[in-house]
Amino acid sequence: MTGHVFHPGHDELHGVTVVVTGASGRTYLGRWHEKGARGITMRDVAIHDPGRDTIGLDAWLARQQKFGVAATEKHLVIPTDEAASVAAFDQG
Amino acid sequence: MPYPEMMIKPMREEVTRLGVEELRSVADVDAALADSTGTSLVFVNSVCGCAAGMARPALAKALQHPVKPAKLYSVFAGQDLDATARARSYFGEYQPSSPSVAVLKDGEVVAFVHRHQIEGRHPDQIAAMLVQAFDSYCA
Repeated sequence: MTGHVFHPGHDELHGVTVVVTGASGRTYLGRWHEKGARGITMRDVAIHDPGRDTIGLDAWLARQQKFGVAATEKHLVIPTDEAASVAAFDQG
Repeated sequence: MPYPEMMIKPMREEVTRLGVEELRSVADVDAALADSTGTSLVFVNSVCGCAAGMARPALAKALQHPVKPAKLYSVFAGQDLDATARARSYFGEYQPSSPSVAVLKDGEVVAFVHRHQIEGRHPDQIAAMLVQAFDSYCA
């Protein structure tokens, strides 16, 4: 395997695109950076907010799957009590 | 912030030795992609070990397939910033990620393998996605 890893010492989700389901009803899609005392730190994050977005979650995720993550936040910390569940985005 | 070139050189060469032309400037990108006809592949290279370390071998494997794009290009995200931004301007609605691979036909993106489709996959699996795109659009 030809790998040049410049970020050793991180957990296994580091750099992986994940879907975080929020207790608030929001859904966060982006690259997992790390989990710390403040919560989950993510990079290049797109957010689905059912109170704001007219498109449903499934359609929104399908669009991100096809066209890529339309990130609006370069860096985001999701508080621990907001992060209800975490799953890898692409399991296909 | 770009990494030192001496660290990047092997990653560039891992791609260019496949016959892929690296586009280092906006002018390079425009010369390659503006008014492009036929089929092209643009590999967005990256230093990320966990994803690009899979994507480069996958590209190598996919390019062994007899059907493939006529023109092969790469840009290096995080290193050649202007060239990468310019290349992405040809990708239409497709969002930037690196590593990633775009297949274009007559200037339009017809297939795209995003970073999230590369993460955690074996190079053989990624190569299979590329080969499927080659068979669909380059035959």
